Amino acid sequence: MGTITRAAATGVEVRLEHLRRVFAGVVALDELSLTLAPGELVALLGPSGCGKTTALRLVAGLDEVTSGKVLFGGTDVTTLGANRRDVGMVFQAYSLFPHMTARQNVAFGLQMRRVDEQERKRRADAMLELVGLSGFADRYAHQLSGGQQQRVALARALAIQPKVLLLDEPLSALDAKVRGRLRDEIRRVQLEVGITTLFVTHDQEEALAIADRVGVMNKGRLEQLGPPTTIYTRPATPFVAEFVGLTNRIEGDVKGGEVIVRGTRLPLVRPDTPDGQAVALVRPEAVSLGSDGDAGGDAGGGPLVGTVIAVAFLGATSRVTVDLGDVIVLAQMPTSQASAHPAGSRVRLTLRPDPVLIARDETAAAEA
Amino acid sequence: MTAAGNPAFNAAARPLGGGRRLPLTWLGVVPFFIYVGIFLLLPTTIIVAGSLVGPDGSISLSNFDGINRPFMFKSFVNSIEISTISAVLGAIFGALLAYAVATGDPKGFLRRSVMSAAGVVAQFGGVTLTFAFVATIGTEGIVYLWLQQHGIEMYPNGVWFFDLPGLTLIYLYFQIPLMVLVFIPALDGIRPQWREATESLGGSGWHYWRYVAGPLLFPSFLGCTLLLFANAFSAYATAAALLTQGGVILPLQVQALLTSETGSSSPGLAKALALAMVAVVLVVMSLYALLQRRTSQWLR
Ligand SMILES: Nc1ncnc2c1ncn2[C@@H]1O[C@H](COP(=O)(O)OP(=O)(O)OP(=O)(O)O)[C@@H](O)[C@H]1O
Ligand SMILES: [Mg+2]
Repeated sequence: MGTITRAAATGVEVRLEHLRRVFAGVVALDELSLTLAPGELVALLGPSGCGKTTALRLVAGLDEVTSGKVLFGGTDVTTLGANRRDVGMVFQAYSLFPHMTARQNVAFGLQMRRVDEQERKRRADAMLELVGLSGFADRYAHQLSGGQQQRVALARALAIQPKVLLLDEPLSALDAKVRGRLRDEIRRVQLEVGITTLFVTHDQEEALAIADRVGVMNKGRLEQLGPPTTIYTRPATPFVAEFVGLTNRIEGDVKGGEVIVRGTRLPLVRPDTPDGQAVALVRPEAVSLGSDGDAGGDAGGGPLVGTVIAVAFLGATSRVTVDLGDVIVLAQMPTSQASAHPAGSRVRLTLRPDPVLIARDETAAAEA
Repeated sequence: MTAAGNPAFNAAARPLGGGRRLPLTWLGVVPFFIYVGIFLLLPTTIIVAGSLVGPDGSISLSNFDGINRPFMFKSFVNSIEISTISAVLGAIFGALLAYAVATGDPKGFLRRSVMSAAGVVAQFGGVTLTFAFVATIGTEGIVYLWLQQHGIEMYPNGVWFFDLPGLTLIYLYFQIPLMVLVFIPALDGIRPQWREATESLGGSGWHYWRYVAGPLLFPSFLGCTLLLFANAFSAYATAAALLTQGGVILPLQVQALLTSETGSSSPGLAKALALAMVAVVLVVMSLYALLQRRTSQWLR
């Protein structure tokens, strides 16, 4: 098995240059530029309709660019048809040919390349082994679970030893448990084969877990591109902050490059934000809890005092929902700490002075 | 068999308590079953029973002797021929139309109009349909006469309209829309991902049809063709209204044998012939069901 899959370990650089796609006046993709290093896995993340599939189809050659270029390993493939691009594609669901067995599906691309039958079978079986489905070669799609079907689809895409692997929400039709397992499986196979991969998803957890770098898209534009940790901890725009991870929206006052949220001064990611009323975006991890009365003298109920209304146990961490009277705030902390604040208890919130972003509707209103 | 024949076993498996447990939902289908019983099962039983009773009232196969006669054989061949030709032509043109509809906008005008027109036209048949054709392209029809006035003779080599070719033409009028109706579900089951997967795996449009869409659609296409065959094979009124000569195709032959106009009414032979027709339709429809079941696994 090793020799065959290693033979495919020829990751090439994939470059998208100013890709633009307009459908009857609707700009689906706007100036997308992105370079994937050989063997890198980049996840495109964004809400429905933001142009992820459009981007993928342009790379695959299934759709024509309005303007811009696609380069594989320095070669311009923009005008090349899909069947001559050497691209492996995994679709959301139901993409296996239903009248063919798993083996025939995986061997199909080799058949198109006139590989002889013996060799086809050998390589198809090796690919099925790679995705952990050795015993399922003779099954038809309707005899396989959704997760198994996607594994076969992955094997089929990789069997032709493509230059690039493209996955369009390959896990979204599966239930949560299978999704997590298959996600890790896809990553394992991708690393083993060493293929440059573009992975499209609207699930931020999925994107952060699988990718070397995540590109967050909004309305056809790439808002931010960076490693998962950067995307999460240092969102470049309010959109990214709100789309990736949970965010509290708390009103405050912007003054001199800081925002004052209920008595707490927090630095701003963009110190040039104009002064005035604004909504600060605060991560639940930046909120910590103390029992009401802990914090020295002003036990009479400061501006950040509230009642715990729910505690969600997430495993090692827990998420505590606090009602401050006029606003609900989420706080995330180790479970051991959260257990000190059962539902109904009075708590005092402390905001860690991480740089925060100001919510986009306020900034958008200011820009407009 | 042994278990079913055992009364104790039956009683245990199915308590006969005057239908106390019969779910209410069953009530709704009762009229349907009564209908089927009276208008389908009963006549079939009469045909089967009647065909097995000889002129002297005893049970025999003597009725089937008559089938062997040349004019019977001729109407059998005619029936098979017209059914086959109208089914194959109807299937081809219907499939092409269905393809045009299925690849268009699913909520578009083309689809909505073609589908509702097909739904109506596929049911159109019998005397009214024949009359419509006669009134347009018959030798007194407006189109025929209009063309004649302009120096064009529609039937320069003899009028074929009042014969089997004319009947085939009229049959196509309902065969094509029927094909559209029954073949569309299979086409709708074809997923765009399959074409895109074929392309990204290096296949051309030809490869797609040769290895993917063709094999997927063929069983259904064949099945629908069989359905069209059965449809034409059992059609009666359309032919009766067009053909002046009796007994040209099987249903007309049955009619000829039943009415004593010819002075030779032979109901036993008519029933034997009808039974032969039922047998043909049964075989054809079983094949149809078999092919449909196979496709339905693929094209859900
Ligand atoms: N063939 C098309 N014709 C017209 N508009 C299209 C076409 N394909 C996509 N669009 C439009 O382009 C925009 C981007 O679509 P795209 O499918 O790329 O979104 P997406 O990010 O993949 O969304 P989703 O998460 O729902 O799959 C949408 O506004 C969509 O309506
Ligand atoms: Mg999409």
